[in-house]
Amino acid sequence: MKSYNIIDHEYDVVVLGAGGSGLRAAVGLSEAGLKTACISKVFPTRSHTSAAQGGISAALGNMGEDDWRWHMYDTVKGADWLGDQDSIEYLCKEAPAAVIELEKYGVPFSRTEEGKIYQRPFGGMTKNYGNGIVQRTCAAADRTGHAILHTLYGQALKHNTEFFIEYFALDLLMKDGECKGLIAWNLNDGTIHRFRAHTVIIATGGYGKVYYSATSAHTCTGDGNAMVLRAGLPLQDMEFVQFHPTGIYGHGTLISEGVRGEGGYLINSKGERFMERYAPNAKDLASRDVVSRSMSIEINEGRGVGKDQDHVLLNLSHLDKDVIAERLPGISDAARLFADVDVTKDPIPVVPTVHYNMGGIPTNYKAEVLTVNGSEKTVPGLMAIGEAACVSVHGANRLGSNSLIDLVVFGRAAAKRAAELIKPGTPHEQIAESETQKCLDRFDKLRNAQGQNSTAELRLAMQKTMQSKCAVFRTEKNLKEGVDEIKKTYEGMDSISVKDRSLVFNTDLVETLEFDNLIRQAVTTVDSAYHRKESRGAHAREDYPKRDDEKFMQHTLAWCDGKNSKISYREVHKSTLTNEVQYFPPQERVY
Amino acid sequence: MVQINLPKNSEVKKGKYYKDQTGSDNIRKVNVYRWDPSTEENPRLDTYEVDMNNCPSKVLDILNKIKNEIDPSLAYRRSCAHGVCGSCAMNMGGKNGLACTTSHEEIDGDLDIYPLPHLNVKRDLIGDLDGLYKQYQSIEPWLKTNSKSNSNEIYQSKKDREKLDGAYECIMCACCSTSCPSYWWNGDKYLGPAVLLQAYRWIVDSRDDERKARLKKVADELKLYRCHTILNCTSACPKGLNPAKAIAEIKKMLATSNI
Repeated sequence: MKSYNIIDHEYDVVVLGAGGSGLRAAVGLSEAGLKTACISKVFPTRSHTSAAQGGISAALGNMGEDDWRWHMYDTVKGADWLGDQDSIEYLCKEAPAAVIELEKYGVPFSRTEEGKIYQRPFGGMTKNYGNGIVQRTCAAADRTGHAILHTLYGQALKHNTEFFIEYFALDLLMKDGECKGLIAWNLNDGTIHRFRAHTVIIATGGYGKVYYSATSAHTCTGDGNAMVLRAGLPLQDMEFVQFHPTGIYGHGTLISEGVRGEGGYLINSKGERFMERYAPNAKDLASRDVVSRSMSIEINEGRGVGKDQDHVLLNLSHLDKDVIAERLPGISDAARLFADVDVTKDPIPVVPTVHYNMGGIPTNYKAEVLTVNGSEKTVPGLMAIGEAACVSVHGANRLGSNSLIDLVVFGRAAAKRAAELIKPGTPHEQIAESETQKCLDRFDKLRNAQGQNSTAELRLAMQKTMQSKCAVFRTEKNLKEGVDEIKKTYEGMDSISVKDRSLVFNTDLVETLEFDNLIRQAVTTVDSAYHRKESRGAHAREDYPKRDDEKFMQHTLAWCDGKNSKISYREVHKSTLTNEVQYFPPQERVY
Repeated sequence: MVQINLPKNSEVKKGKYYKDQTGSDNIRKVNVYRWDPSTEENPRLDTYEVDMNNCPSKVLDILNKIKNEIDPSLAYRRSCAHGVCGSCAMNMGGKNGLACTTSHEEIDGDLDIYPLPHLNVKRDLIGDLDGLYKQYQSIEPWLKTNSKSNSNEIYQSKKDREKLDGAYECIMCACCSTSCPSYWWNGDKYLGPAVLLQAYRWIVDSRDDERKARLKKVADELKLYRCHTILNCTSACPKGLNPAKAIAEIKKMLATSNI
C-alpha cells in the first residue's frame, strides 16, 4: 500500500456535516467557547437542507390558538407510537423558542398582516388533540429550508466557525468503545487529515440515494450512518423510509406539502378527490404515509393517470394567483422546469417518492449516541443530530415540517450537552495507529480497485432492488428477495472497478466510497423491514396489515458486518420528560 | 515592445474522442473541458458521443450519463438536481447556468461544456469559488439588531418583507459574477453581483439596525462602483433574479442619503 501523509488536527469538537443541524450545533459550540471544526463534503449552503420547502413546525400560535402539547400529540400519533415520548416532548416544547431564535438570526419568514411569522396548515398538524386543523408550520414562502440554511451559515461565519469544506470523511477513530475523532480526505489537494476530538457530532443527513427515485440530492448517501456501522455500532428503525406523496412523476423533484396546506388537492383519473375516502377528516392533509398508501392503492386499482396509469394529479389551479405567487413561487418554477406545467392552469403529475429516513443513529434527547449492551448505553464521544440521527422523534412516520425543527432543536441540544461534558482545551488521548491504518487500508483498496463491476452499475442494481422490493407496500416474499438481491449486490463489491487513481477531486472514488456507505444501509434497511412483521407508519406489510404493539412497539437495532446484519430490539421510551404532559398511550390511528 | 504571453499551460488542447458504443441512431457530440492538476498536462477538450435516445432532458443528465456509462473520471459538482443548491453551475453552449435546470435541447449543435469563466480551475468543471466565498463573508451576512429581547420575534410588515423578495432566493451559484467582465478584471477587489445582491438583502431588511454602516462599507470605488451596468449578471441568473437592479438600488441609496 502506498503510504499516505497524514495531517493532524486537534479540536474539542468536530461536527461532521454542515446542513441545518450541523451548522446550528457549530454555532452553539462556538458560543460555548469550544474549539470546533465543521467538516463537509460540500460547501455549507449546498447541503440538502436547502431543498426543504414547506416550513418548520412550532406551536407559536400566531394564527390561532396552539399548544406545544397538541404538537406533541400530533407527533406521537404521526410516529404511530414508535417515537420516544421524552424526546418528542423536548422537541415540541423547545420548538417555539428555536423558531424565534432563527427569526432573530435573520430568517426571512413570510409574514401575517400583523407582521408576525406566517404559519400554514400541514399534514397531521391538529388542534386540541386531533380536533380540527391548526396553522403551525412557519414558512418563508416555499423556500424555508433555503432561507434557514443560508441564515445559519451566516451565523456560523459570525462566530468564526472553522470550516473544512470539500473534505470527505472516511471513518471514525474508536478506542475501547469511545469515539476519539475521525479521518477525512481533502478533495481540494488530495491530503489525508486526522481530527482528534473529545466529541464527534454526526450531522450527515439521510441516505435517500439507496433508492432509484428519491427527492434526495445526489449527495444524500448517509456517510455518517455507514461510519457508525463500520465502528461496530447499530442503526435504528432503518425500515422506516418516508415516501413523500408528491414527487414530480418521472423526475422525483419535491412538490411541497405546503401546496396541499394552501388548498391544493389530489385527483385520480376519474377526477375524484380520492383522499376524502381514505381520510374523511384530514383529507389531503392526512400524514404522509397515509396519503402515499392511498395514492398507491388508487394506482394499483387502475385509477392512475397517464399512458401507464401509474401516477395521479395534484391540482392547485383553483387557488388565487396571488397566493400562488406569494406563497408557492418555488414549486411553480419546479413544475414548469421538470413537468412542463403551468400550475395556474394545469395539475402537476405526481407519485409517492422516497423523501426521508426516519431511521438512523440511535440517540437520546441530548443527542448522545446509544447502543445496547444488555441495557441502553451511551457511546462516549459520539453524538448524532438531524436526519442522520434517530432520536427518535419521528418514530415510524415523520410529519411534514417536523424535520426542520428537529435540526435546530437537537443541533442546539448537542451543543449544550457537549458544553456540559467538555472542558475547553482538555488534552487528547493517544489513539492506536491501527485505527488509522484500518481506515486507510479500505480507502487504498477502493482507490486501486481493478475489478469488473463499475460503481454506477452496482449502485443502479441496489437502487432498483430497493425501489421494487422495499417500497410503499411490502410482503415477506418481496422482502426476502430484496435481502438476497442486496447481498448479491454487496458481493459485487469484491470486484468493483475504480478507473481514476488520482487524489484531487477524484469523484470516481468519492462515488465508490459513497456506494460502500449506501450498500451497508441498504442491507440494514431491507433486513430490518424483513424482520418487522407488522404494519406501522411508513412500514406497510400486506401480509401483516395490523399494528402489533405487543411484539413490535420496539425500536429495531441493526448491526452490519459486511453483507450480514444482526437484528435486535430496544424498548420504546414510554414516559415523558416532565410532569407538564402525560404519556399518550397507543390508540388506533385514523385521520 | 512589450510581449504578453499566456501561461504555457493555459492553452486548451484537443483531447480524447469517445466514440459511441451503443449503436444509437441519435448521437450528440458533447465537448467537455478537462484538466487534472495531478498531471503536468495542459487542459484539453474531450469529445463524447452520447446516445440521446436514453437521456433525460437536462445537461446534468448528459454529464451523469457520461460519468456512469462512458468515463467515470470526469469531475464536476452536483447535488440537489433541481436548482436549489447551486452546485452544478457551469458554462454550457457559451452561457452560464445550472446544469440541472438547463435543457440540452435549448442549445444547438455540439454541446460545449466549460467551467464557469475566469475562475481558477480545481479540476475539470470544478471552479475555485473560495475568493467569492470570502467576499460573501466580508459583507457580514447576518442580522444586526439592537433588540434585546430573546423571547419575542421582531415584527416585520408584509410590505417590508416584500423588499427581500428577489434577494433572499440567491443560491450563491456564481453564474452572475463569473459572467461579469468587470468581475473578470477586478474580481479580487470588486465584490461582484452575487455578493452585492447579498449585501443589498441585508441593507433592505427592515429588522437590521446597521443599514447605514452596511451602505458605508460597500461605498467604495472598487467594491461597488466597478459595476458598469453591463447587465450580464441579470441575464445569467438561473433563478430569474436581478442583481443589476440591486446594485443600482444601492448606488441610488448612497446618492440620495447623507452617508
